[in-house]
Amino acid sequence: MGRYVARRLLQMIPVFIGSTLLIFCMMYALPGDPVRAMMGDQAYDPTVVASIKKDLGLDQPLIQQYVNYMTGLLQGDFGTQIASQRPIADVIADAFPVTIRLTIFAFTFVTVVGIGLGVVAGLRPDTLRDRGLLTLTLILVSMPSFVLGFLLQYLLAFKWQVTTPTVTDSTDFGQLALPATVLASLSLAYVARLTRTSIAENLRSDYIRTAVAKGLPRRRVVGVHLMRNSLIPVVTFLGIEIGSLMTGAIVTEGIFNVRGIGIEIYDALSRREGATVVGIASLMVLIYLAASLIVDLLYAVLDPRIRYA
Amino acid sequence: MRGARSAKWVAGAIVVALAATACGGDSDGEGNSKGSGPAGYVSIDVGEPQKPLIPADTNESNGSYVIQSLFTQLLDFDSKGEIVYTNAESVTTDDSKTWTVKLKKGWKFHNGEEVTSKSYIDAWNWYANIKNNQQNSFWFQDIKGYDDVHPEKGDPKAETMSGLKAVDDHTFTIELKNTMPYFNYKLGYTTWAPLPKVFYDDPKAFGQKPVGNGPYKFEKWDHKKLIQVKAWDEYQGPNKAKNKGVQFKAYTTLEAAYKDVVSGNLDMIRQVGPTDLPKYKQDLGDGAIEQPYAAIQTLTPAFYSKTFKDIDPKVLQGLSMAIDRNTITKTVLNNTRTPAESFTPPGVKGNQNLDTDVFTYNPTKAKQLIEEGGGVPGNKFTVQYNTDGGHKEWVTAVCESIRKATGVDCVGDPKPDFATDLEARDNDQVKGMYRGGWVADYPVNANFMKELYHTTAEANNGRFSNKEIDKLMNEADKAKSLDESVKAFQEVEKKLVEHMPAIPLWYYRINGGHGKNVDNVNVDFHGDLEVWAVTTK
Repeated sequence: MGRYVARRLLQMIPVFIGSTLLIFCMMYALPGDPVRAMMGDQAYDPTVVASIKKDLGLDQPLIQQYVNYMTGLLQGDFGTQIASQRPIADVIADAFPVTIRLTIFAFTFVTVVGIGLGVVAGLRPDTLRDRGLLTLTLILVSMPSFVLGFLLQYLLAFKWQVTTPTVTDSTDFGQLALPATVLASLSLAYVARLTRTSIAENLRSDYIRTAVAKGLPRRRVVGVHLMRNSLIPVVTFLGIEIGSLMTGAIVTEGIFNVRGIGIEIYDALSRREGATVVGIASLMVLIYLAASLIVDLLYAVLDPRIRYA
Repeated sequence: MRGARSAKWVAGAIVVALAATACGGDSDGEGNSKGSGPAGYVSIDVGEPQKPLIPADTNESNGSYVIQSLFTQLLDFDSKGEIVYTNAESVTTDDSKTWTVKLKKGWKFHNGEEVTSKSYIDAWNWYANIKNNQQNSFWFQDIKGYDDVHPEKGDPKAETMSGLKAVDDHTFTIELKNTMPYFNYKLGYTTWAPLPKVFYDDPKAFGQKPVGNGPYKFEKWDHKKLIQVKAWDEYQGPNKAKNKGVQFKAYTTLEAAYKDVVSGNLDMIRQVGPTDLPKYKQDLGDGAIEQPYAAIQTLTPAFYSKTFKDIDPKVLQGLSMAIDRNTITKTVLNNTRTPAESFTPPGVKGNQNLDTDVFTYNPTKAKQLIEEGGGVPGNKFTVQYNTDGGHKEWVTAVCESIRKATGVDCVGDPKPDFATDLEARDNDQVKGMYRGGWVADYPVNANFMKELYHTTAEANNGRFSNKEIDKLMNEADKAKSLDESVKAFQEVEKKLVEHMPAIPLWYYRINGGHGKNVDNVNVDFHGDLEVWAVTTK
């Protein structure tokens, strides 16, 4: 297993280089010059623009810029934002914990509530409560997160006034509850349905019948025998979902004014702050890679027959 | 039971991670409290400034709000656009070329340093120097010796501009390259602020923690969240703060800020978003603000494009008459604009009634003028705009109006964002017209003509060029007095109607508001809320 992990980690290096290069090229290919855009549509002096670009190395060819960027990155330097002249590392350090907090909140919610609902419904398929769950999740799946976001914001904050409409303090878990719920809603529906189907399916399988026939207590049949096998597809989904939740936060963060990575990357994109976009995107890539590695390792926990070579 | 043990370990790791991020949160959790901050402070939805807070490096509105609270220039303007002296005792000239500035005595920076002639001269020399890459350095180009510190290419030949001379500690003179009767009006722009000595030790650090001479003293900058400034007791200007301090709070959307004003978490909002416009007067009651300010929107033809090269101005006059400004401003724009009647907005010196029907909707005459002028080549043109600025709706409406009235086909040419839009304008790639906009830098009519339609003007992206008009503008700049110059520019404006360098559409209005906790919220000539005058209840 150690060798497997090592090999997977080594594989990350080319993936990382490839994806950053790709994002770098995409940013470069976008029309619109970041330094010029900073000047707005009032009058400006082209000499100043040229001079700033020279200082930042933006007048060099693409490949040279990429090499410079990667050399900096290896030394832990994410570069400097063009307009604000702040180190990008600082910008990321400000925004990342907020998004991670939001994501963990949403993720825990998805896992606990989603699997819970799925199990409840799956154990008694085709009953009223199962149908109820299917209807509820159908609504959640078909409703875009911004619609749900605005709806809940309107109802909870304005109609009933149980919460503030926007997050004034991104460090307060209480205020993050609403955006996290909205963020989680879509994945929640998927997880619940996935778990439900998987449980309902395995309930009819031979090994469960054997376990029941052996006279095992129901708690053990469901908790160990049934759950382990049923959770494999769910875990796969959850692993990939960590990354999607982080990127999906862009919309939710906008609605609720959460100062996280989503807003940061959106701003950077519209201002053509290439280095910031690449910096944040590379971190996202790393998180995706790490999450998929953890998922693969978790398979062995759930099903000991799976071995790694 | 290998599996079970690992599962426990994973669960443990998640708990640790949760705890770690939660702790990280607590450490920076204080200060950013709910509600509108410390007692007596007022809050406004001013977002994160794009750049460090250096007066000559900022021209977007977020940054200039903060800079205006921290720095005071020689003079300012009242809501009618008349000069109000702040740091200067007087700014005078005999020949419109050499200007004498007398400073008020006893003014200090927030660190106790006295504001002297040197504070101004050194700052302006630093701003103008090409080595310092200041965005607004071109504002100093009228001063004699500017080309020495800011050459087109290469290193500066001098450190100082020869036109700036200190007479004594509180008097200095500015010599210009050419006469400019309205130069003193330019001095009201935020760029002309003085700097204390500490600035030169470390400009970068200063930009994060500025020391100014304005009504407020810098307190803290919590990036992307809030900037807080405190009223400065020793301030002596006429715009002394009437509240205890200001919080400039960053919001991601206009809607979010608006909701916070309604619910009392925020005191003032500068602009109400389109979705809330229909109901904001009901929601805010007396707090609703609706006021015009000195800014204009135009459709500007690219005179190098296939469509508008050598176009007969009659065609443009016709197109102008085919736009139903009244209906569009009322419906599509929700009454947020006032139909334009000239090239200059009201509120600037020299705004006049042009006595023409070119800006009035008249489909019959529009058709006739376009025919007389030989029509639009291809009977079709495009209007370039950026989709990230809420322009799509009105561009569509204007096109529809033109199509209905004249049969000339007009389509939008959307660019995904402002950066792309600007690039096309700079590189002369506009295919037909583009949406132009201009907010007054200083409240004089020259600002809306010389900077936009002079052949050599940087913001003349339509590349309009007319020798006669250039000549008239140059002469207007040579006028002996401000009044004469304003009059001369009024003549230029009359000529502009004959040549139509752009089609004026409407003047901007501010549709903002404030909550119940504050009072005395006014708007200045370029549409900013006057934060210093706001009182808390």
